[in-house]
Amino acid sequence: MNQHARTISLTVNGHAVTAAVAPRTHLADFLREQRLLTGTHLGCEHGVCGACTILIDGEPARSCITYAVACDGRSVTTVEGLDADPLAAELRDAFSAEHGLQCGFCTPGMLVAARDVVQRLPDADDAAVRVAMSGNLCRCTGYVGIVNAIRRVLDARKPRPE
Amino acid sequence: MKAADFDYAAPRTLDDALALLARDDGAARPVAGSQSLGPMLNLRLAQPGLLVDITRIPELRDIAVDGDALVVGACVTHARLEDGGYPDPTGGVPARVAAGIAYRAVRNRGTIGGSLAHADPAADWVAALTALGADVIVAGPHGRRSVAMADFIVGAFETDLRPGEIIAAVRIPALSERARWGYVKVCRKTGEFSHATGAVLADPGRGVARCVVAAASGRPVVLDDPRLLADAAARDAAVAARLGGDPAAIRPHLVALRRAVAQVTP
Repeated sequence: MNQHARTISLTVNGHAVTAAVAPRTHLADFLREQRLLTGTHLGCEHGVCGACTILIDGEPARSCITYAVACDGRSVTTVEGLDADPLAAELRDAFSAEHGLQCGFCTPGMLVAARDVVQRLPDADDAAVRVAMSGNLCRCTGYVGIVNAIRRVLDARKPRPE
Repeated sequence: MKAADFDYAAPRTLDDALALLARDDGAARPVAGSQSLGPMLNLRLAQPGLLVDITRIPELRDIAVDGDALVVGACVTHARLEDGGYPDPTGGVPARVAAGIAYRAVRNRGTIGGSLAHADPAADWVAALTALGADVIVAGPHGRRSVAMADFIVGAFETDLRPGEIIAAVRIPALSERARWGYVKVCRKTGEFSHATGAVLADPGRGVARCVVAAASGRPVVLDDPRLLADAAARDAAVAARLGGDPAAIRPHLVALRRAVAQVTP
């Protein structure tokens, strides 16, 4: 084990976890290689592409430029941890219906970011969705399907007029 | 894309952090949200021996009004400034600037102090806080000192911070009710680093008429001359004289500033 290893305690997808981590290990590597949660994808590994977006204490963050050692005491949620989340389920269905993915590499990060957009910006128009999602890159479908999927969920959650 | 090996400490008090940073080999670096230093570590452009995580120090996370200023702790995130909910004698300028920084996932972790310490010429706080006439409160082994933003940024990625010092807070002066704020970035993609930034503060109540050009190759250009708000030709000439170099490269800066001036012009 690394000479600088630290023991951290955190919550991962609702489960209490205590683990030894090297400070240089970023959160995504910790999740993928020590917790075997490979739903979190690594694209650029320097904070540009958004594939590794996960939730820390409920807020989206880049797990490739957040170090696991800095997450002592925090609650981390990956895409696997959103299996039973109703909003994430709506988004998965919408991504499927709207062709919001092809290879799927960017999808875990897209879903985490999209969930935040729906929660935080319920009145967003398509332009606002595009701005809010601009930190997540997709290299195969382009963005029309992804924006349409988020549009579908936003519209479905709007209160119907009497 | 994996950082070189480093040691890590997360002190709970400012004094403990300063003690850890007082090593004379220069190998210790403070870190907050790691949204600038993280990429540098992963790309191995930075290879510190020890990272001192200052985000667990409560006093660095405060937002408070002190006299005629908004005082923002170094470890306050961009997202917190974006979301508001704090008393703000600057009329919402920090929230507007914060909302345009990178992406929400970055804003949730990245901090105002970390951005300033990194001192990327294209960074929003480097431009905006210079235009606002903010002061940086620096804490070090010999106590605290205050540095005007215009003096704090020395050059590209260079600040006035001395070895062992960290940013404790930023002090933003209150704006008068007549103040107007203009801020424009030239970006080809939303959220990317700015290619040219223009920031303008027109606050006749306090006698301030300041134009700032940032995201050039060095420290921000500051023009404190009320005539330049009305006289576009004189303004362009003043910016060109300060930036120098290829006229084609200067042009985005002239445009950014012109658009920022238009935002403050009734």
